[in-house]
Amino acid sequence: MSTAVAQNRGLGAVIWDYLTTVDHKKIAHLYLVSGGLFFLIGGLEAMIIRIQLMEPSNNFISAGLYNEMITMHGTTMIFLAAMPIIFALMNAVVPLQIGARDVAFPFLNSLGFWLFLFGGLILNISWFTGAPDAGWTNYAPLSTTSPGHGVDYYVMGLQISGAGTLIGGINFLVTIVNMRAPGMTYMRMPLFTWTVFVTSTLILFAFPALTVGLFLMMFDRMFGSAFFDVALGGNAMIWEHLFWIFGHPEVYILILPAFGAFSEIFSTFSKKRLFGYSAMVFATVLIGFLAFMVWAHHMFTVGLGPIANSIFAVATMAIAVPTGIKIFNWLFTMWGGNIRMNSAMLWSVAFIPTFTIGGMTGVMLAAAAADYQYHDTYFVVAHFHYVIVGGLVFGIFASLHYWWPKMFGQVLNEALGKWTFWLFFIGFHMTFFIQHFLGLIGMPRRYWTYQEGQGLEVGNMISTVGAFLMAIGTLVFIYNIVQTAVKGEKVSGDPWDGRTLEWTIPSPPPHYNFKQTPLVRGLDALWVEKSEGKKGMTPAEPLGDIHMPNNSILPFLMSLGLFIAGFGFIYQVDDKMWLILVFIGMGITLGSMLTRSVKDDLGHHIHKEDLEKGAGE
Amino acid sequence: MSNEDVLNPKEMPHEPEKATLEGKNKFIGFWFFLGGETVLFACLFGTYLALNGSTMGENTPEHLFGLELVFIMTMLLLTSSLTSVYAMYHMKNNDFGKMQLWLGITVVLGLGFLGCEIYEFYHYIHEYEFTFRSSAFGSAFYTLVGFHGGHVLFGLSWITALMIRNARRGLNLYNAPKFYIASLYWHFIDVVWVFIFTVVYLMGKVG
Repeated sequence: MSTAVAQNRGLGAVIWDYLTTVDHKKIAHLYLVSGGLFFLIGGLEAMIIRIQLMEPSNNFISAGLYNEMITMHGTTMIFLAAMPIIFALMNAVVPLQIGARDVAFPFLNSLGFWLFLFGGLILNISWFTGAPDAGWTNYAPLSTTSPGHGVDYYVMGLQISGAGTLIGGINFLVTIVNMRAPGMTYMRMPLFTWTVFVTSTLILFAFPALTVGLFLMMFDRMFGSAFFDVALGGNAMIWEHLFWIFGHPEVYILILPAFGAFSEIFSTFSKKRLFGYSAMVFATVLIGFLAFMVWAHHMFTVGLGPIANSIFAVATMAIAVPTGIKIFNWLFTMWGGNIRMNSAMLWSVAFIPTFTIGGMTGVMLAAAAADYQYHDTYFVVAHFHYVIVGGLVFGIFASLHYWWPKMFGQVLNEALGKWTFWLFFIGFHMTFFIQHFLGLIGMPRRYWTYQEGQGLEVGNMISTVGAFLMAIGTLVFIYNIVQTAVKGEKVSGDPWDGRTLEWTIPSPPPHYNFKQTPLVRGLDALWVEKSEGKKGMTPAEPLGDIHMPNNSILPFLMSLGLFIAGFGFIYQVDDKMWLILVFIGMGITLGSMLTRSVKDDLGHHIHKEDLEKGAGE
Repeated sequence: MSNEDVLNPKEMPHEPEKATLEGKNKFIGFWFFLGGETVLFACLFGTYLALNGSTMGENTPEHLFGLELVFIMTMLLLTSSLTSVYAMYHMKNNDFGKMQLWLGITVVLGLGFLGCEIYEFYHYIHEYEFTFRSSAFGSAFYTLVGFHGGHVLFGLSWITALMIRNARRGLNLYNAPKFYIASLYWHFIDVVWVFIFTVVYLMGKVG
């Protein structure tokens, strides 16, 4: 479809197009917009937390609301902001980096997004009916005995959005295994694709543990089972184990794609190939493997015994080794390079010391004996914000600056980008560095307030001021997006003098990505061609008909059905009449699945003659 | 490969389930999915093993389980796995009629298994007053075995839907991968049952 036609379409047609789309590039837009909105909601919750803690004995919000605020902040940021923005980048970049025309399962790609969105909606609708208040880790028996329906919303919301994530993970695994262009061997894949591959594997093996944990929680709260009810022989530890068997790999699911993105950015803006590529791949896989071996380090104080604690402590410390390999490889990539210090690069360079501090406190926490002192204090809060914000959020900002031109055909404003960076970077360290010390002098996490005269006032005030700087930085970034979009200056397909396949095609890419599948002749496929004086890739096939998948509304309907059924499950505890919603919702979902199964969907072809006329651009 | 070739191939290749890119994707994607399902059942088994002693002094595994019925169920399900292998054998030989026949037998055996399981649960609830809510053991037992039963029900509906949908048009490169992964799912359910038979019933009687 040509641009002229696209501009003439009405708003309704555009909405329908996005509801039914199976195009990975449009699904990336959907993930980015909804993940971005949830990021703002989670950020607002963080600001309310910081305002409450600004001064001793504060009464800005009530204690009950504070519990809801910290629960929703953590849950929203991890599941509804970080994960979808990573999926936005995966969708926008991975098929292009491997020279594919779409993902392996375009229909499932759409289903994964809608499940995530409806799960996120369920979770946030709880603000109007009573939000979950048992912490983002939702430990039993606090969660099983929490009154009202808050925790039920947590369970249903995460179950539905978790299913979407699992589907997305499988989709990217198959895409990377099966859809690579000719010549793109595993050891020629860009590092971002590699990290997405390992992340998808972690999603596949970690999310089912959360699924089971949430089912058990659902059965206990809604159907009277006794998994976590000690009075009937249950055991609350089962939740903690299942949660962290999922939860620890989850933090590597979050950080690995950021590692991949930084690797691309360092290499591109230093004009050097990535230092120690094969060591980087090895380190990524090793981190992925160790991710499953360390979950009990979240549970050192529950009494697993000295032997279990020691094993998990040593395994945890071992992760510092592959991570250290990565840090040095990034430094050596820049060493002697022709460095361009733009916004993407600023975020990446700032990430190295920030993440190293987070890694160092991580090793401190891994020392099981010392952890008895740190456990559940602000030291832990400082640690995980250093790795998640300093690693992942910095990574997201860097990636958005780097791949924005590929996604939207425009370069974000550099001056505003640097303003965002400095405000956010200074604000971040003000907010969280001081929290290490607040924790060490004994301030526990998750407490609603603290008293005067215990030496906590100054630190908390500094922390709150820092949070405001981060918020202002984020607002400048949004202004940057709006300003860039309004200006509408188009850029070429390769604004950064890139090295990998996504920079060989126009920005934004045409519907079918590659008119002819490229032939890959080495690592940094585009750079190989450039260094031989060629402008673009050698095609691996003659120009021919291109097979593309059909759009479908079914993924939306399947997810809508589960959304409706979710409310039925939550409220049938009060009145069995609500079971009607369960039947209606499951009917819609299963009916849509049956329709999908029996109705042939063979896709369509874009014909060679139309391609020559510029169709789909 | 054009859509026409996929729906009406001139000749069927040796492995029709992997002859198209879509087929290859489904094949490997479904194996990955089964990897995730393995973790799901591993978590349920872990939970069951943690709680199978929490009987609150009544209705212990040893007291409840009868190995006769479980033996019949095991035989039904193991045989149904074999018959689904025959069905896939005939699919590869492009003999649609025999494939449908053997899939039909698979469904009948699966229904027999499901009937036995429903009877078993009914029996426990009414004869022993052993329910989902009686004890942590009860919750863990019904959840683990029930999740498996739910998979059986889903598998039966899936295979039946495929058989009815394709009854009149026969085998082609579009539906062959669908039949194939449905049979993979069926094997997986069977393997899980082998573990349930061992961990829940045998260890419950002997352990």
